[in-house]
Formats: sequence, structure tokens, C-alpha cells
Amino acid sequence: MMTMSEFRSLFHNGLIKQNTGLVQLLGLCPLLAISSNVINALSLGLATTLVMAASSGAVSGIRNFVPNEIRIPVFVLIIAALVTVIDLAMNAFVHPLYLVLGIFIPLITTNCIVLARAEAFAAKNRPLHSVVDAVAMGLGLTLVLVVLGAIRELAGQGTLLSGIDLAFGEAAKGWVLQVLPGYHGFLLAILPPGAFLALGVLIAANNWKTARAEQRARVAVLVPA
Amino acid sequence: MPAPFILDRTSVTQVMAWVLAALLPGIAAYVWLFGPGILVTLSLATVTALAAEAAMLKARGYPAKPFLTDLSAIVTAWLLALSLPSLAPWWLIVTGTLFAIVVAKHLYGGLGQNIFNPAMVGYAVLIVSFPVQMTQWAGPLELTSTPLTLAQSASVIFGGDVPKATLDAVTMATPLDALRTGLLQQHTVDEILVQPIFGHYGGTGFEWLAAAFLLGGFVLWALRIISWQVPLAFLAGIWLTAGFLHFFDAGRFGAPWFHLFAPSVMLGAFFIATDPVTGATTPRGKLIFGLGAGFLTIVIRTWGGFPDGVAFAILLMNLCVPLIDQYTQPLVYGEAKAAKAPPA
Repeated sequence: MMTMSEFRSLFHNGLIKQNTGLVQLLGLCPLLAISSNVINALSLGLATTLVMAASSGAVSGIRNFVPNEIRIPVFVLIIAALVTVIDLAMNAFVHPLYLVLGIFIPLITTNCIVLARAEAFAAKNRPLHSVVDAVAMGLGLTLVLVVLGAIRELAGQGTLLSGIDLAFGEAAKGWVLQVLPGYHGFLLAILPPGAFLALGVLIAANNWKTARAEQRARVAVLVPA
Repeated sequence: MPAPFILDRTSVTQVMAWVLAALLPGIAAYVWLFGPGILVTLSLATVTALAAEAAMLKARGYPAKPFLTDLSAIVTAWLLALSLPSLAPWWLIVTGTLFAIVVAKHLYGGLGQNIFNPAMVGYAVLIVSFPVQMTQWAGPLELTSTPLTLAQSASVIFGGDVPKATLDAVTMATPLDALRTGLLQQHTVDEILVQPIFGHYGGTGFEWLAAAFLLGGFVLWALRIISWQVPLAFLAGIWLTAGFLHFFDAGRFGAPWFHLFAPSVMLGAFFIATDPVTGATTPRGKLIFGLGAGFLTIVIRTWGGFPDGVAFAILLMNLCVPLIDQYTQPLVYGEAKAAKAPPA
């Protein structure tokens, strides 16, 4: 079993300290390509999280039976099989969304975050810890994806949650938030340069926050209260 | 210390002041040929640039006064304003200028550190993001029946209530736009050139504007503020590439003189490609830089998605500058060429 502090430190690691998008800078290709709006970002983030949780659990479960020399191919096979399941399921249940995300669902297999967690964490830890770690890392990625998607969607077309009908059917069309009515649109934010610029700004903000926290901690050590 | 009779023109402020002065003939020609709307655009861009510069200097912890008065922000603002359609809405001008100063200049480290020419980054952002608004060019006065006054231009720019008919009467496609549209409709160049927007070499009015920029550029060269390599190579690159295409199929490709006498080319060749920060620095490198930018301009005009390619060509060549400079280092005086075999 796991203690509360272990649980908390795993989540802190995944969401903030070792955030895949802002700190480790892993898996940037889907991050930049799919973050053009919130719904796309959220769907791909959750799909990736699901694959990571399942693959980390499976890898951790068999970690003592896999010969060290062939562990990477075995991990990749497990991940690929799980991605195929997700791919087929999304094709069946949320077909319009599946068409929008396209190649990026099968490409979850090659996302280095998934294999990195399998190799760096799941292969060395117990299944429960591995699943929690994978979920935390996946949610960290999803968080960055959604924030990036929100910035780009808002700046690009003045809406939030556009395309929600792809996931929930025609009835959900009314859920789209027209945040800035009469907005001209800013195509750059939707295009690839917008992804690079927005991610750059997010990373800068994160670095600034970290640097300031460190400075405060140092001052606190120097001047005990 | 130079001798007292040698006029020193090397400080940033002096160079920038001369660049601004050299732009004045172009601006005067612009007002004369296209109406006073450009003055509104220039002022708005200048005010925005200075405000953005001051805000960024404060945020980065630099003293505002010495950097604000070095005039570099105003040069960026004027170059951007002169590249924009003269009746572009105010928010377009503000967005472009903010992008140029905040992102392209200060986020890259400020004056002297930026890889890309700020004015051209601002222009590229706008043409990619707002292709429709970027077509509000005032036509040459020669061809418009009721030219806009300064107040009317300002009212168009600031989104005032202007009847659409009035606006349609004063805006028209630029010569490059007209050529591009005509070619897309399968007309030959000769059929397209009968339209009144085309003049002797370039466009009606536009060719004289180009000549005025050329004059200003010539002054900068005569004062040795810019060297001859970049402008000459840029113009040669345009002329040779366009001439090569025109020679093989005069029906599908515009004449080299037409491509050369566009205001964007003269502005680009003498004022933008010669930027000492973002351009090549070695003499041979400057030739390569200019030739490449000229070649790319014609390639983008002919096969690209936008009517003009000067901005993208210069940005792409900005990207190549570190490589060009690396391989065109001149030999140190007295040093022999290494490749030659030593005498036996």
C-alpha cells in the first residue's frame, strides 16, 4: 500500500516539479500539434493518460519476469497494444473526434513520455505506485495541453470549447463559449507558430515562478524568522 | 578620437536619425501620390512602439531614457508602417507594432540581440493572421476620383463610420496583387498590364514611390551608413531571377523591371536588409545575403501564397546569417590561404 505523503509527492512530481510539457519538455510534437483548441487538447491528454496508466500498471506487473535485454521491445509492444485498444474505442464511440485527432492517436505509441515512465518508473516500482505516477504525469501533460489549447483558442478565434459537439453529439453545440463576441480572429495563434510562442511563454512563466520560489527559499534560510 | 573635421556618424542614435531622415523622401512621395493617410499610420505606429519600448525596458530593468531616445524603436515603427496598407485598421497597426517591439525585439534580448528584423516579423504576423485586412491599400490618387482627406483617412483607420462605397472607391489592388490575380485567372502578363494600375515600369504611382525610397537609400550609401553590397546584391537577385523566368516565358512571369520597381523592394533593399543586427556582417556574406533575399522574393511572389515576398525572404535570410558569417570570414591581413600547397 502507499502512504498519503508518497501519493502526494508523486502527484506533485507529475503535475509540477517534473511536468512533462514545461519541465522535461517531452512529447512536444503532439503537444504543439493538437493544442489548437481546448477540446482537442483535453481529448488527446486524457487518451494519453489512460494509455500511460494502463501501460505503467502492466509493465510494473511483469517487471520481474521480463529479461533485462529485451525489456524495451516488450514495453513498446504493451504500449502499442493498449494504444490500438484506445484507437479502436475512440473510432467506435467518438468517431467525429477521432477524425479530428487523426494520426495523433496511433502516435501515442511513439510518445516518449509513455515509454519514459514505463522505463524510468514502472520497471522499478510496484504496480500501484506506477499507476499513480503515470496518472500524475498524464494529468500534468493534460493540464499543459488544456492551458495551451485555451490560450490558442481564445486568442485565435475568441471561443472556448469549440468542437465539443464532436465528443458529445449535436446537442452539445450550444455549450461552446463565445468569450469574445465579434472577434476578428488571430490566425497566428491557431497556426503552428502560435503553439511555439504560447508554449515558450508558458515555460518562461514556469521558470520565473520556480526561480522566484528558490530565491525566497534562500532568503528564508539566510534570515530565519 | 577622430580629427575634429571628421564627422562621426557611428553612434546608434546618429545612425537611426539618418535612417529616419533618409525615409523622408519616401514618406513625402507617399503623401503626394497616395494621400495623407500614411501620416496617421506612421504616428500611431510611432506612439505604440515608444510605449511598448518603455514598458519592456521597465519590465527588463533597463533605464528608459537612453534607450528610448536612441530612435531604434521609431525606425522599426516607421518601417512597419510603410510596409502596411495605408488604410489598415488601427488595431492591425497596434498589433503589428507590439509584436515587433515586444516579441521580435525585447524577448530576443533587445537592440543588437534580435535574430529577425522586428519590423518584418510584425509584418509577417499580420499578413499571416489577417490576410483580408492587409489588402486595404489606398490606390494612387491619379486613379481615384475622390481622394480621402487626412481626417477621412484617420476616420477609416480608427473604424469610424465611413460608407463602404467611399472606401471601395479609394482602395484598390496593388500592382503585385493585380498581377497575381490575373495570372491565377490564366491571363498572360501582356493582357494584365493594360490595367490602369500598371505604369511605365512598375505600378502607377508605386514606381515613383519606389524611386523615392531608392533616393533615400542612395543617401544612406553616400554617407556610408550602409554598404553597397546588400542593396546591390538584393536588387541583382531580384533582377536576375525575374529576368531568367521572364526570358523563358514572358507570358507567365512579370518583367524584371516590374519586379524591381515595387516600393517594397527598394524599402527592403536599402532600409531592411541592411539592418546591421539581423543582416550578414562580412563583405562576401552581405553579397550572399542580398542575392538570396532577392532570389527568394521572386520565388515567393511567383509560387508562394502571398502577393509579395520581401518580408518572408528577408526573414528566411536572417535565419541563415550565422551560417553565412561563419563561412565567409575574411582572411586576417597577411595570412596565406590555407588550401594552397606549400612551395616545394
